[in-house]
Amino acid sequence: MNYHWNWHVYLDQVSAGDERYLDWIISALGWTIAVSMSAWLIALTLGALIGTLRTAPNRWLVAIGNVWVEGFRNVPLLVQLFLWFFVVPEFLPAELSRWVKQDMPAKEFFTAAICLGLFTSARVAEQVRAGIQSLPRGQKMASLAMGFTLPQTYRYVLLPMAFRIVIPPLTSEFMNIIKNSSVAFAIGLMELTFISRQMIEESGQVFESLLAATLLYTICAFSANRVMTYIEKRTRVPGYIAGAK
Amino acid sequence: MSMIDIRNISKWYGQFQVLTDCSTQVKQGEVVVVCGPSGSGKSTLIKCVNGLEPFQKGDVVVNGISVADAKTDLPKLRARVGMVFQHFELFPHMSIIGNLTIAQTKVLGRGADEARERGIKLLDRVGLKAHASKFPGELSGGQQQRVAIARALAMDPICMLFDEPTSALDPEMINEVLDVMVELAKEGMTMMVVTHEMGFARKVAHRVIFMDAGQIVEDATKEAFFGQPRSERAQQFLSKILQH
Ligand SMILES: Nc1ncnc2c1ncn2[C@@H]1O[C@H](COP(=O)(O)OP(=O)(O)O)[C@@H](O)[C@H]1O
Ligand SMILES: [Mg+2]
Repeated sequence: MNYHWNWHVYLDQVSAGDERYLDWIISALGWTIAVSMSAWLIALTLGALIGTLRTAPNRWLVAIGNVWVEGFRNVPLLVQLFLWFFVVPEFLPAELSRWVKQDMPAKEFFTAAICLGLFTSARVAEQVRAGIQSLPRGQKMASLAMGFTLPQTYRYVLLPMAFRIVIPPLTSEFMNIIKNSSVAFAIGLMELTFISRQMIEESGQVFESLLAATLLYTICAFSANRVMTYIEKRTRVPGYIAGAK
Repeated sequence: MSMIDIRNISKWYGQFQVLTDCSTQVKQGEVVVVCGPSGSGKSTLIKCVNGLEPFQKGDVVVNGISVADAKTDLPKLRARVGMVFQHFELFPHMSIIGNLTIAQTKVLGRGADEARERGIKLLDRVGLKAHASKFPGELSGGQQQRVAIARALAMDPICMLFDEPTSALDPEMINEVLDVMVELAKEGMTMMVVTHEMGFARKVAHRVIFMDAGQIVEDATKEAFFGQPRSERAQQFLSKILQH
């Protein structure tokens, strides 16, 4: 192999402007984290809601939940991103449509965050539903018997346990969201993947550019894992054995 | 006036009829034991009393309030009817005292201090004050069931329902739970108890109901039931469980 390594490339100036490649990478890391965190917030909130609906004693609510999950789960993420970016704005009311297409600030960021958040919410909803349904039926009965309403029963009794049970699969989803945020390069968000490609083109240093992206994705995903493990430890229930009745 | 008035209720699961025209009354301060073979509908009947199980025909009137009436505020009614389950059903992620206070504060609207004070007092009463800050998973079955009883009492119930409260317990723990229930009965609590503990029935029950295949086959005073049950099925059932 005849590759010319250049470890100084990160400190080199980009061809146009007085920034260094390192500045690009830092800003790209910022976008990756911003998109991932916003999407994760959306995914957790909507996932909890939709997962709950799917266990509700009302078939219309269950149906809404099913349509949601199947819709976001069965279309490739990249296709969803293009739909949100290119197609959805066409169907908005005229005024809004023009604003989205011409003036909306950070349009790529919002589109990516919403798209990734909704996509992941379907997967979180599935985990939350499974968590709720793994609880003994008597828990809901006992809660209702004490005078809690059904929403209170979910709020105080079912969801706190369901969430604890599904922390491990949720950890994977959190890590996935960080890795999946790389699709946002396709609509021009200047996140890590986009910038590493840009850096390859401008500097010609393929390995160094990809190495930076790889390392930073790994660190982010690993940090997400550590955060979730910490939460898992902090919320562990003394004496509770998962799966026991 | 009866505290619990079960009026001709019938219930179906699809085609399958679980309850057939069941009627009985429990007066204020009365202890009624419900027994019968497994699958005869005892749990279903007792869960109809506070509307946990819906029924298609008849009505249950608790302290003058109709359970079947769509206008009835069921959560409000249930808050005043204590219920104890076979598998305790403590909330595993809350401490013992948390289990005793959560409904007091969130359902009855009591202040945190008042709820806690009431909770500690009841824990003391069932002999578990020292365990207040532990979690359910750290207690034995018998202790958990005593906590569950205390949790129900914390709501100042007008009557108590028990669904086989000792049948999931190891034999050596049964008595510690029965003792609490006997004491409650002696204090005049209105109780409807599904159990096969005939010793308990003999000691404190006023009446015994025998169910079979979704029907109330026998509804008699304790003396009449143990003296000479009228139905053959009740006789067979009694001879079986009294053998041990
Ligand atoms: N959710 C349900 N769906 C269908 N059948 C049920 C359901 N729950 C209970 N049953 C049936 O109803 C009958 C009475 O059950 P249950 O009241 O639990 O009896 P018991 O408490 O006397 O053992 C049983 O035959 C049981 O199989
Ligand atoms: Mg039963």
